[in-house]
Amino acid sequence: MAMSGLEEVSQIQSKVLKDETFAYELLQDLSITVTEMFRDKDFYKSLRENIIPILKTYPYIKIWHAGCATGEEAYSMAIIMQEEGLYNRTTIYATDFNQQALNKAKEGIFSNASMKEYTLNYQLSGGKESFSSYYTSGHDNIIMNQSLKKNIVWANHNLVTDSVFAEVHLILCRNVLIYFDVDLQNKVQKLFYESLINGGILCLGSKESLHFTDFFEKYTELDKTQRIFKKKY
Amino acid sequence: MKHEAIVVGVSSGGMNALKFIFSALPAGFSLPIIIVQHISAYSDNGWIKILNKKSNLTIKEADEKEKIETGKVYIAAANYHLLIENDKTFSLTIDEHVNFARPSVDVLFESAADAYKEKLIGIVLTGSNSDGTKGIKRIKELGGMAIIQDPETAESSIMPASAIAAIQPDYILSLEKIVQLLIKITQPNKQ
Repeated sequence: MAMSGLEEVSQIQSKVLKDETFAYELLQDLSITVTEMFRDKDFYKSLRENIIPILKTYPYIKIWHAGCATGEEAYSMAIIMQEEGLYNRTTIYATDFNQQALNKAKEGIFSNASMKEYTLNYQLSGGKESFSSYYTSGHDNIIMNQSLKKNIVWANHNLVTDSVFAEVHLILCRNVLIYFDVDLQNKVQKLFYESLINGGILCLGSKESLHFTDFFEKYTELDKTQRIFKKKY
Repeated sequence: MKHEAIVVGVSSGGMNALKFIFSALPAGFSLPIIIVQHISAYSDNGWIKILNKKSNLTIKEADEKEKIETGKVYIAAANYHLLIENDKTFSLTIDEHVNFARPSVDVLFESAADAYKEKLIGIVLTGSNSDGTKGIKRIKELGGMAIIQDPETAESSIMPASAIAAIQPDYILSLEKIVQLLIKITQPNKQ
C-alpha cells in the first residue's frame, strides 16, 4: 500500500487489472522471501547422515531447491556437498518465481548481522569447518565464495504454473508448501513426484506433511521427524 | 455456550504458569485452548510432551492445516508463527519475527480474533516484553473477552501490564482465579 501510494485496499484491484508492471511488483511484494542458512539443525544433521550416503552412490548428482527465495538454503547445500567431496559432480537447480529474490540469491550478498546466527546453525548442524571460510566479509555485508556458486543454476520457475524441467536425485522444498492449500499442494507434489528418479529423495519443512496429499503412499519415510521421504521403486 | 475458543499468550515465566493451569483444569474441559509460549528457535517439542503428561487434557503441538477440536490444547511450534484460518484450521508461517518473537502472540491473537470474533477468549500471562498487546486489543475490538494475569502475581509483570495499559480488560486475576473463571464460564447453563 505504502509502496503504491494507494489509499484503499479496494483500489488495488483495478490497478492490478490495468497496470501489468504494478501487478508484477505486487506479486513480488506478496511473496515470502524469509529464509536462513542451515535452518533446523536436526534436518541438516539427518541430511548428512541419511541422504549423503545415498547421493554418494550416483556418478552425477542433481539437486532441486524448489522455492529457494534469496538462496540461503542452496548455499547451505553447496557447502555440505563441498565438505563431502561431492560438489564437483553436483548441479543444484535453485528456482523461485520471484525474480528479485533470485537476483539477490545469485549475487550471494547477505547482511553481516545474520552471519552470527548462521554460524551457530552451521555448527549445531554438524559443520566442522570454520564457517567464515565460506564468505568474504565487508563492513555491513558478506559475499559468498565463488567456488560455492559455480554449480548452482538459478532459474525462474513457478511451482504452480510451470512443469517438470529435469530429472533429479534430491528435491528440497522446505517451508514453501505451508503457504499452499491442499489442492495446490497436490498439484506441486505431482510435479515433484514426476521430477524425482526412482529412489529419489524429497525433503519438506519440519512442519510439513505428505499426509494430506495423494502421494503419501508413493514414498517411504527415510526420517519421519525431519520429513524426509524416498520415492518407491 | 457463548465462547468457542481460548487463546493464551505467555513468555518468560510461562513454564510454571502453564504447568499450574494444566494441572488444575479438569478432564473434559470443553473449549479448545491455543497457546503461544515464547521459546528458543532451537527448542524441540519435548517440553510439550512433559506438559501433556502432567495434564488431564490432551496437549499437543499445533500441526499445519490441523482442524481445531473441542477440548484439546494446542501449542505453537518453535520458530514458526501460528495463525488460525476462518475455517478453524491452523496455518504455520516462517514470516519475519514480530516483537522479536516467532511464534508471536500478536500474530496468533489477531488471526484468532478475525476467525472467532466475539466467541473468543484471549488471555495474557506472565512475560517480559509487550507481545500480545496489539492482539488482545484486536480481540476486544471484535467483541471477544480479555483476561489478563494480575501483574502483581506474574513472574514477569511487563507483558500483562502492557496489555492492561492498552485496553479495558474484562478480568485481571491471579492464575488460580483464571482457572476458576474458565471452569465457571464453560459450564453449561451458567452463562
